[in-house]
Amino acid sequence: MSRVKVARKSTAIDMTAMCDVAFLLLTFFILSAKPKTEDPLKAEVPASTAIMPIPESDYAIITVAQGKAFYSIEGVDVRKETIKAMGDTYKVGFTPDQINAFAATESFGIPLNILPQFLSLPANEKTGYKQQGIPVDTTENNDLYHWVYQTRLANKLLHNKELKVAIKGDAREEYPTISKIIKTLQKQKVDKFSLITSLKTVSK
Amino acid sequence: MAELDTSGGGKKGGGKVRSKKASTRVDLTAMVDLAFLLITFFILTTTLQKPKAMDLIMPDKDEKTKAEQPVADNRTLTLLLGSDNKLEWYMGLMGKSQPTTDGYGKNGLRKLLFDKSKEVLANTGKELFVIVKPSDKSNYNNVVTTMDELNIVGNQFRAIVEITPSEVELLKRDHLYN
Repeated sequence: MSRVKVARKSTAIDMTAMCDVAFLLLTFFILSAKPKTEDPLKAEVPASTAIMPIPESDYAIITVAQGKAFYSIEGVDVRKETIKAMGDTYKVGFTPDQINAFAATESFGIPLNILPQFLSLPANEKTGYKQQGIPVDTTENNDLYHWVYQTRLANKLLHNKELKVAIKGDAREEYPTISKIIKTLQKQKVDKFSLITSLKTVSK
Repeated sequence: MAELDTSGGGKKGGGKVRSKKASTRVDLTAMVDLAFLLITFFILTTTLQKPKAMDLIMPDKDEKTKAEQPVADNRTLTLLLGSDNKLEWYMGLMGKSQPTTDGYGKNGLRKLLFDKSKEVLANTGKELFVIVKPSDKSNYNNVVTTMDELNIVGNQFRAIVEITPSEVELLKRDHLYN
């Protein structure tokens, strides 16, 4: 009796298709990547059922936690324009290096009078720097008021679009702090803004 | 590398000596490894889910254009946000109807809003007007939850207004101000 011979097959797997898929995914992720930015201020946003994502550009975020306000502007060009205008308003001269350092800063909470010193710090000292928050009060002459105002002007000038202001507040933050920020915005007739929330589903 | 030699040993003896044909197949394993490593890196460093935002429109505060239209008090619901994640509500003018303490959530605030909307619509044929008054002892989460519940119920007529001292007294009386 003859034995049934099992054909010997190559154990090599064709990797071409897998390689194609892997690189396709890789390309997709590289193109859609927007590096995670480390917020110096941790805010745990409350949950809501709102499903509207925040816009891609033309927005500024005010982060509120632990009674402090931090500010971040989207877009490097708007940042540069804003810091120049802020320098003019407060009669503070910023060197080109400081302006570039500011353009690379994501979120910050430094009063304007010490901002130049902060921007001149080397990068490794910046991360450990204890930021005290942007001064806010109920008058019309506080740092945050001017920041938002100048950002709006800069955005209008560069992109010809109205700046959207978003508030990213910590869920446990007491209302008076938020109220102060809302009042500051309302002083410059920004009556419509977004509250950043995390998504939750409606419990039926 | 990941290939076993499966050529049957070859013919023994005889024949011309031929140069071995080099395989054109390239081993892609290492390349795939690298690609997946990079994918993993990019997945972990990107924020896939963009944060969501809820729009909030505050009433115009401009003193010059005070064109406030009175709203009938039989279709106004006032919510006073107090401490300890509790709120108090009353219909119409303060003092005329007894304020009630309630909690947030689907059986508290949502049920209240839903019932009152229905009631007001049946009585007056108009929408319910909700005034939200966060006290100093309430937190941001309370405000967002309240606005969210209003969105869920589909109420369009609402406003965040500052709380008055007499209403603070009311909250204090009911131990919602600590």
